[in-house]
Amino acid sequence: MKYIDEFRDGEVARRIADRLAIEARGDRPYSFMEFCGGHTHAISRYGVSELLPANVRMIHGPGCPVCVLPIGRVDMAIKLALEHDVIVCTYGDTMRVPASDSLSLTKAKARGGDIRMVYSAADALTVARDNPTRQVVFFAIGFETTTPPTALAILRAQREGLKNFSVLCCHVLTPSAITHILESPEVRQYGTVPIDGFIGPAHVSIVIGAAPYEHFAEEYRKPVVIAGFEPLDVMQAILMLVRQVNDGRAHVENEFTRAVDRDGNLAAQQKVSEVFELRPSFEWRGLGEVPYSALKIRPAFAEFDAERRFDVGYKPVADNKACECGAILRGVKKPTDCKIFGTVCTPENPIGSCMVSSEGACAAHYAYGRFRSV
Amino acid sequence: MVNLGGIRKEVSIELVPEAQVGDYVIVHVGHAIGMIDPDEAERTLALFGEMSAAMAAAESAS
Repeated sequence: MKYIDEFRDGEVARRIADRLAIEARGDRPYSFMEFCGGHTHAISRYGVSELLPANVRMIHGPGCPVCVLPIGRVDMAIKLALEHDVIVCTYGDTMRVPASDSLSLTKAKARGGDIRMVYSAADALTVARDNPTRQVVFFAIGFETTTPPTALAILRAQREGLKNFSVLCCHVLTPSAITHILESPEVRQYGTVPIDGFIGPAHVSIVIGAAPYEHFAEEYRKPVVIAGFEPLDVMQAILMLVRQVNDGRAHVENEFTRAVDRDGNLAAQQKVSEVFELRPSFEWRGLGEVPYSALKIRPAFAEFDAERRFDVGYKPVADNKACECGAILRGVKKPTDCKIFGTVCTPENPIGSCMVSSEGACAAHYAYGRFRSV
Repeated sequence: MVNLGGIRKEVSIELVPEAQVGDYVIVHVGHAIGMIDPDEAERTLALFGEMSAAMAAAESAS
């Protein structure tokens, strides 16, 4: 496919790797966090780590929407389906996230819950139109990329006067999660998670633009390079980060200029701010409560807010004790540091959220990397 | 209507109202969220290419 294949050329990747080997100084380590799960997946799938010099290490970040969804939120969706006789629509990955009582949305469906996998928020609207006698809730998750389509669905439901459609909003924000990581004791005090710079997300940056990262570069002196999702994009971004570190620079650079500019998609941003406002606090799996890190539906659209329409309060639930997802999402541990990785916890039977989505650090390592070190 | 490597799929372009037939868009959960700038794509590829050329030149000189 055009604009894809050219960015996967193995020969060019090796050239960039050679360049990296020359420019990365031998007398210091480099640690970069790829925030986004799309990059985590690309790094594992295309063996990018193997092409890097030994002293250049990638740390997986928390930018996998399914991974950071806490158990309590999935419990709310399950409760809607099983106790309120609601049709719950959600994205495919969300279906298998482990919840309380050994349940997941998939297992709740097996118990009789009317839970349907949709490809887009617009498909959830179609379900509502086709089932006028039933209440339909779209369980909306994801970062800034999935938020504009949810906003469009709510705006359309209002235009059409749909009375049986609402949204369980779990949309979260990238910049506040990066701030949280930079402020964490592991990064600030102990230095157990050394971060020399960030690879900025691809699709998220199409929507929000490059400007929101300028704060991290200035305030925390961390270089950020926004990169596309193809392996050459990631390789080039790592080279650009190494150059910034070597020069003592901390700027926002954009490798993904074919799709990202400084301001982002203003049409999308306008729809989002029309429908959503900041939540004072939201719990993330792995990061805990993070202030102003998520969105909720504005009071003007209250009738489309499932949290207002149904009596399903949020109750925090602790993760499985054996699961290291929390530490992995903060970059403190690697998937292989987890005792149950690949044994009890597999993509077929995920115990923790990082094993669910192909963007999760554990699932990506299980699929593409687990035999490499043998 | 978009063509994804041979698969035809209907997506919403409400978030990229400027998109025209023949443009390349980036699709996320059934919605086009951004457009590909062909000139910038060429420039990025040229950047990779230059590096390859420079390396090849360096290798043949050494």
